[in-house]
Amino acid sequence: MKAFETFETPTAARVNYINAEYGLKSWLLTKDHKRIALLYLGSISAFFFIGGLYAMFIRLELLTPQGDLLSSTTYNKVFTQHGIIMIFFFLIPSIPATLGNFLVPMMIGAKDLAFPRINLLSWYIYLLGGIITIWALLAGGIDTGWTFYAPYSTTFSNSYVVATGVGIFISGFSSILTGLNFIVTIHTMRAPGMTWFRLPLFIWSHYATSLIMILGTPVIAITILLLAFERLAHVGIFDPANGGDPVLFQHLFWFYSHPAVYIMVLPGMGVVSELIANFSRKNIFGYKFVAFSSLAIAVFGFLVWGHHLFVASQSVYAGMIFSFLSFAVAIPSAIKVFNWTATLYKASISYDTPMLYALGFIGLFTIGGMTGLFLASLAVDVHLSDTYFVVAHFHYIMVGGTLLAYLGGLHYWWPKITGRMYPEGWGRFSALVVFVGFNLTFLPQFIAGYLGMPRRYHAYPPEFQVFNVLSTAGASILGVGLVIPFIYLLWSMRYGKRAEPNPWHLPGLEWRTSSPPPTENFYATPIVTWEAYEFAPPEEMQVIGRLKNEGLEVADAVIDGK
Amino acid sequence: MQTSWIPFVPESASTVSGRVDALYFYLSGVTLFFTILISSVLIFFVIKYRRRSPFEIPRPVAGSHKLETLWSVIPLIIAMSMFVWGAQIYFENSRAPKNANEIYVVGKQWMWKIQHSTGQREINELHVPAGRKIKLIMTSEDTIHDLFLPAFRIKADVLPGRYTTQWFEATKPGTYHLFCAEYCGMNHSGMIGSIIVMQPTDFDNWLSGNASQQSPAVAGQQLFQSLGCVSCHGANGEGGRGPTLAGLFGRKVFLTNNQTLTADEGYIRESIENPSAKVVSGFNPIMPTFQGQVTPEQLIQIISYIKSLQVTGAQPAAPAAATATPNAPATTPTPTAQTPRGPGQ
Repeated sequence: MKAFETFETPTAARVNYINAEYGLKSWLLTKDHKRIALLYLGSISAFFFIGGLYAMFIRLELLTPQGDLLSSTTYNKVFTQHGIIMIFFFLIPSIPATLGNFLVPMMIGAKDLAFPRINLLSWYIYLLGGIITIWALLAGGIDTGWTFYAPYSTTFSNSYVVATGVGIFISGFSSILTGLNFIVTIHTMRAPGMTWFRLPLFIWSHYATSLIMILGTPVIAITILLLAFERLAHVGIFDPANGGDPVLFQHLFWFYSHPAVYIMVLPGMGVVSELIANFSRKNIFGYKFVAFSSLAIAVFGFLVWGHHLFVASQSVYAGMIFSFLSFAVAIPSAIKVFNWTATLYKASISYDTPMLYALGFIGLFTIGGMTGLFLASLAVDVHLSDTYFVVAHFHYIMVGGTLLAYLGGLHYWWPKITGRMYPEGWGRFSALVVFVGFNLTFLPQFIAGYLGMPRRYHAYPPEFQVFNVLSTAGASILGVGLVIPFIYLLWSMRYGKRAEPNPWHLPGLEWRTSSPPPTENFYATPIVTWEAYEFAPPEEMQVIGRLKNEGLEVADAVIDGK
Repeated sequence: MQTSWIPFVPESASTVSGRVDALYFYLSGVTLFFTILISSVLIFFVIKYRRRSPFEIPRPVAGSHKLETLWSVIPLIIAMSMFVWGAQIYFENSRAPKNANEIYVVGKQWMWKIQHSTGQREINELHVPAGRKIKLIMTSEDTIHDLFLPAFRIKADVLPGRYTTQWFEATKPGTYHLFCAEYCGMNHSGMIGSIIVMQPTDFDNWLSGNASQQSPAVAGQQLFQSLGCVSCHGANGEGGRGPTLAGLFGRKVFLTNNQTLTADEGYIRESIENPSAKVVSGFNPIMPTFQGQVTPEQLIQIISYIKSLQVTGAQPAAPAAATATPNAPATTPTPTAQTPRGPGQ
């Protein structure tokens, strides 16, 4: 067997998916999963920027104990909109719709997703939902918190609840369609030889994520419909004044929104599995355990929603069952962390930017996961729920986990996506800045939370100020750390060093085609004869090295045109 | 104001707060241990196994079922220890002791209205004695609130349309935070106050110092008459066309749909606002609804009055029920099941 059998286009002046067609129309009507991934990348970045601006206002307001920068109403809208934009329009689509869209077909050796038109439709649906939501925010905004708790949202709030709900309702369908597309693609379009246990773990985690998207998202759609129905027609579903039950809303809401946490973090775990394996040139320790732990998380994730209701008048016995199950769902995550760590044993670890993000992910996700145990523990959660401890905990999962994985993945696949290298020095520097800024922002919030500072407070007792000042300082650093990659990634698209087809020298299928890939991804249908993360034996790598030293393109030397 | 001698832990001022702190320290200890363990192993590997030549390929490794089992079972055991410990404290504190003093709390946008069983009213302040068990019976006039007492390590949601309770025994006199912890709209962060723990004798003085107000039970009795409840339930709740109310609270009730329930605050409230929902076996659903006619605070007063109605003499309820419907007693005498309650004690 040759070192890395490739399936590239052999010509020197290559046609790739970016230069295959020109013009706005060729992008807006594209059915190419790679172009759709870029459409998503652009729109998601815009939403992330908006959500980040809201975060900036939150942190500036909380710099002082008095509510002096914004009015209470504005502040309530700002934190609500920060949550809604970040969760529904950034975190949920982030990795699946961009990296997943780009890489699921490439990693399994397919030409596209199973339903390319549905894939494009999902982007338009996402955009429509996003535009309606942005319109609602501009028209007057929403102040219910991203959780929409009734009866405040149905009866008392004087803001654009229904319009925002419609936006989220619509965008939910894009996530269902993406999930559907992934599941069918992974089942039916794997290249010859690409058996289930040869799939990269990125695919396994996207498979698990897609299951949650399909099974969970309809429930939030129903919940939003009922909420809108009650708000518009005054039918008593949730408001006890009309005979409804407000706790029913919380059950319905969290039945989706807790699994949604796994929609956000499972793809991140998939990215990190790729980064850890590939940047240490080692097959993942306990591949099957890591793969099945994703499925276990997807299944058990549906059984723990009640841990959001420990103090919401839920029965004591229900509380105990949900607490038990919440502890149980922590185990698959722990298994992943241990396996990632064990993978590094006797590995060959590089310090490239994506690896720095992956290592940061493991550390921060460990803290995020372990602090989740505090909240699963009944007696401690009674004290901690609705405090800043909860805020810190889920930011460790969502930012320390998902965002770091997203950034790591973006850097890792950037050469494949754009055909250009990002500047490595700046990459490492900003990864470090993000890590420091993030911890400084959210570590103090654990302490403020245990000391009793409630979340969603516009003004707070002065004794909590020191923690908020630290948080705001950290957020400024974090902000800088996020602006730097934004600038150099844009810069690199034009001025970056041209990327080789396989700049990291990796065995994955996506690296066995040109950078950027042709529209049909591979020059010939790949036939997979290797296991996942099967790096070439050392002597073959030496061969590659020698060829390189002689000035030959590695890829050209090992082209297999069959 | 509210710091303890241990850094980053709020003042501990109730019988349960020390127990929660102990569990918190255990959780923190385990978290620190694993975070440090994983980060140091990670850093050690990253340095020791750094790439030394661009072309080195390490030997692939086969997984190990032994290790996988080890690092599944050990975390599971630790997690279960956390579960049992947390559930135990939670379960033991889920039910208020029978002899707890009851204080009524009504949350509304954006203030806490509090009434003691002797009638004293407070807004955004709650005076309680140290060393006595206090039970808060809470409801909301509008949306969901949450009464959070960080120094006591307790909180519970305060819901419209139902009663929730929480109880505590304060241990240390002082003034502590009282927060609304469930987002409730514009001035959510202004819905705060203090809980003032006093020595029992000081508290008794405070309580008698402004004793001019009516107790909720007495106010409830007046409402019971002015709303015309007496015409069916009897002047002293002895029953008539409607079921007996004396001794009702905490007793098992048989319904026309053959179900049984224990009469609590929620049931009494529902029977006032939506009387035909759960009709006592042997009675007709003739009672009109009082929804909208009584405020949440008045409801509390009526409930407080009904709680105070004692069974006088030997089985006074039975003849009253018999006059209404001879063959179906409103309630089954279950003498062991209940202890009639005094007004708020």
